[in-house]
Amino acid sequence: MSNSPITAVSNPPVQPVSADLGPRDLKRRSATLDLPPPERQLTEVAKLIDVSKCIGCKACQSACVEWNDTDPGVGENVGVYENPGDLNPNMFTLMRFSEWVNPETDDLEWLIRKDGCMHCEDPGCLKACPSPGAIVQYSNGIVDFIHENCIGCGYCIKGCPFNIPRLSKADHTVYKCTLCSDRVAVGQGPACAKACPTQAIVFGSKEDMKAHAEERIEDLKSRGYENAGLYDPAGVGGTHVMYVLHHADKPHIYSDLPDRPEISPVVETWKGAVKYVGLAAMGIMAAGAALHGLIAKPSTVKREDEEHAEALVEEAPKNGEGV
Amino acid sequence: MTNAWTDIKNTDLVVVMGGNAAEAHPCGFKWVTEAKAHRGAKLIVVDPRYTRTASVSDLYAPIRPGTDIAFLSGVINYCMANGKVQWEYLRNFTNASFIVKDGFAYQDGLFSGYNEEKRDYDRTSWDYVIGEDGFAVTDPSLQHPRCVWNLLKEHVSVYTPEMVERICGTPKEKFLKVAELISTCSAPGKVMTSMYALGWTQHSSGSQNIRAMAMLQLILGNIGMRGGGMNALRGHSNIQGLTDLGLMSHLLTGYLNMPTEKEPDFAKYMETRQFKPLRPGQTSYWQNYRKFMVSFQKAMWGDSATAENDWNYHYLPKLDVPSYDVLRMFELMYDGKVNGYICQGFNPLLAFPNRAKLTAALSKLKFLITMDPLETETARFWENHGEYNDVDTASIETEVIQLPTTCFAEEEGSLTNSGRWLQWHWAGGTPPGEAQHDTWIMAQIFLRMRELYRKEGGAFPDPLMNLSWDYADPNEPTAEELAREINGRALTDVMDPADPTKVLVPAGKQVLNFSQLKDDGSTMCGCWIYSGCFNEQGNNMARRDNHDPDETGAYLGWTFAWPVNRRTLYNRASADLSGKPWDPTRKIIEWNGEKWTGYDVPDISPTAKPEEVGPFIMNQEGVSRLFTRGMMRDGPFPAHMEPFEAPIPNVMNPKMVGNPVSRVFVTDAEEFGTSAEFPYVGTSYRLTEHFHYWTKHNRVNAALQPEFFVEISEELAKEKGIEKGGWVRVWSKRGSVKAKAVVTKRIRPLVCDGKTVHVVGIPLHWGFTGAAKKGFGPNSLTPFVGDANIETPESKAFLVNIEPSSGPEEASA
Repeated sequence: MSNSPITAVSNPPVQPVSADLGPRDLKRRSATLDLPPPERQLTEVAKLIDVSKCIGCKACQSACVEWNDTDPGVGENVGVYENPGDLNPNMFTLMRFSEWVNPETDDLEWLIRKDGCMHCEDPGCLKACPSPGAIVQYSNGIVDFIHENCIGCGYCIKGCPFNIPRLSKADHTVYKCTLCSDRVAVGQGPACAKACPTQAIVFGSKEDMKAHAEERIEDLKSRGYENAGLYDPAGVGGTHVMYVLHHADKPHIYSDLPDRPEISPVVETWKGAVKYVGLAAMGIMAAGAALHGLIAKPSTVKREDEEHAEALVEEAPKNGEGV
Repeated sequence: MTNAWTDIKNTDLVVVMGGNAAEAHPCGFKWVTEAKAHRGAKLIVVDPRYTRTASVSDLYAPIRPGTDIAFLSGVINYCMANGKVQWEYLRNFTNASFIVKDGFAYQDGLFSGYNEEKRDYDRTSWDYVIGEDGFAVTDPSLQHPRCVWNLLKEHVSVYTPEMVERICGTPKEKFLKVAELISTCSAPGKVMTSMYALGWTQHSSGSQNIRAMAMLQLILGNIGMRGGGMNALRGHSNIQGLTDLGLMSHLLTGYLNMPTEKEPDFAKYMETRQFKPLRPGQTSYWQNYRKFMVSFQKAMWGDSATAENDWNYHYLPKLDVPSYDVLRMFELMYDGKVNGYICQGFNPLLAFPNRAKLTAALSKLKFLITMDPLETETARFWENHGEYNDVDTASIETEVIQLPTTCFAEEEGSLTNSGRWLQWHWAGGTPPGEAQHDTWIMAQIFLRMRELYRKEGGAFPDPLMNLSWDYADPNEPTAEELAREINGRALTDVMDPADPTKVLVPAGKQVLNFSQLKDDGSTMCGCWIYSGCFNEQGNNMARRDNHDPDETGAYLGWTFAWPVNRRTLYNRASADLSGKPWDPTRKIIEWNGEKWTGYDVPDISPTAKPEEVGPFIMNQEGVSRLFTRGMMRDGPFPAHMEPFEAPIPNVMNPKMVGNPVSRVFVTDAEEFGTSAEFPYVGTSYRLTEHFHYWTKHNRVNAALQPEFFVEISEELAKEKGIEKGGWVRVWSKRGSVKAKAVVTKRIRPLVCDGKTVHVVGIPLHWGFTGAAKKGFGPNSLTPFVGDANIETPESKAFLVNIEPSSGPEEASA
């Protein structure tokens, strides 16, 4: 795949292109001890969402539904502009609207943020996932769910600092934005970026996106947004979906975007010294019928699930191999 | 649009007022974000609601619906009082210096000549003083007390910031910020663009809203400029094409007019269409009217239209009323005076006001034919859907014939966008089911009716029998054939006027453009302004060259723009009196000593000397009009008029209701509500998630905005005990709807003339067919009255009441 910046506004290649993003490009694979290093280092990609250019038109949501061929269903109006009401297994991205009165100017600001997977460089979902190969990360930074490997335990939901993955009641696997890895694999940008009429969503190399963000931040500062800045939070190693925010000093005003996201301590322990042993233990149990109920039933991670997992971790030898 | 969508990137200041471009025109809005990102342009939004456009604005000011003239007159007053005027432009390119007749006056909200009984003005005093030489008298020094400039100064002087706040509810400080920012664009190097839509047109004083902004743009010198202009954002992809091709009852194609009863013959018709220049040496291009008209008649009736029979002028219907617009047609239908109605690509049951009246009117028809790709509410008006369409089906005898048509993506042809670009497109799919192209259906109706006349005869069959129908397959004219006919061709050899021995266009060849049209019957042309779209060079609408030398945004090789591929109208005004661009970085054309050259097709004769010929060649004056003489029914200057249903009396004249010359039918006059009964101001609008009443048929769009709602302020919700997401009932004098409540900070109560005014926002995308949840449209509530000049219904400002309620009941059977 070309290493030049991929921008979603450029037209796709006319010639047939074969997909060029596969297992050999994985740099992380959930619950996998012996992942060989990727054969090549792809250019790190990023989607940049410029909140200050976004008009909340939901073209991104529409494109997401069309590309992924999902059906979020016709819901109801509950007194807000968010529709569907939340992310769901058939809606991987969602415009969130918040009405914020700037205390300094007493002017209303309608802050509209496209919510969805942030594709963390240090993905909490992947680290929490006990099922081998259900969550992978490519060397370009994309974090993807491999549904045939998903056991539906919902740990990724707990592991996500942004509350993104959603468990499907239909097939008991978890869904989220793929950053259109299938489009990226053939040299195209994500569907949402392609559809965005104001180019508030752009896609390319992470380096280019950061440079682009700088220009935008400069423009915003010239308009009096002193705290304009890039949201690329260090707590998760940076993200491959970034925001330009007019008020980067207070991300939470954008419909509860975490100010300082980090992976939950539970998952960090899980990931730490004991991870793979614990996983091995779970893997053995999963092989039998003992976890049948856990696989078939849960739609959310219950307290007992969490306690069970922690217990498994604690039982494992502290000096297990594969650390 | 005077300019093009792509030109908006060139602006310094975007004013979105009377529209909501980000929401209703999200794709075009990219040029605003482009101007902001790369030119540092600012965006001002003036709107009753804090809209999606406002969410990316630099400055937002609230305004009460229907008070835009007062606001804009206030800005004009501010600019005049503070000398923020592009003086050289004003003196040379507007009629500021023209002297107005002594009889003209304005008092108590009314202009001279008002006749209350007729609801009309005698407009004879609204004119220039004409000198003995036959030309209008001017005073270039602008000192004469009766010159347009001084009359305007006096006219707008009442619109102080305090008066604007009193009428519009816009806080004075906000208004002044807006006025100040706008006024900076009087500098020749600073340009503002106006983007507006139905937020200005759907008022009883809609045309004057637009006039007010056009005048402001002229005072600032922004018309004809790159990044400037008056830019009407059209709400359908081809609604510009609809008006261009004369699909209005008082128009023929290319803004030629339908004759009236007072014009029984062609000589009489042409008598008032001479367009003699009002200043020496001016172009007054409409002097070619006869050429366009004769060529149109030849396109319609071919060989049977001859000089001897006045080009079949007697075939044209003669209007006995100003227009048979949609409101009048439904009034006649309501009165039982219409038997049949062909409703092509139109859903009036949701689009036009006072739905109860529309339902009653449709119920009186003998037959209704609908032509539409979708199952419209109009086609199912007789079907009971509980509260959503509570009709007694058994009592309706109208026979409804639904003809399924193709949609745009299944058709070949051109669409004319807001920027006057005729863009050719190709069919992307095959028609589903029994769907047929509209052209096929129309051809079948015509051929079968002609056959009936042939067999059975009838009153005056000639216009039908002699209609030109010269298509390879008479059953289905192709888009190409129609486009070639619209472009026009020579019927006999057309000789070169400069050298009468030389053939300019041989018989049978397409004309290059309308400059080759003749009034002697040697040419035909379906729509003169479109001429050039499909000439001997081929289909210019299908061109896709996106080169843009020096990135001016002109894109001359992309499709075809009318007229003659010109991208910016009045572009001669982008240069000063000597022909040098006002702003060299914004050059469109310039005078090189011999001719006009540049990036765009000059909007003036290429060799017309700059000091001699004015830039506004379509006007008899050669300049633009701050004072429109008698051309508009409701005044030569815009004046504040309240909507027909207003929360406060008109402060200029408390006795004046609505627009004093708007047409009001007798039964509708009784249907206006008062603020005592209906204390809140309703306004209607579109949302980004949907396109009119189409996309509710699509599950994706339906998922993104599933259900009818209304928007109210937190203050009103508290006052009425309305909860976010709860059901409310909203009603007017004419009807009632039920909706979910969106309680928002984006609407704040306004204080107008000392009274608190709450606004109820009512989006318009729901009905009783389609994939989305059933709902209502604002047209159940809106008044049956239109703009005084063009009859666009007043859907943006009316009175309602609101209360918490239960949800609607579905049909039981």
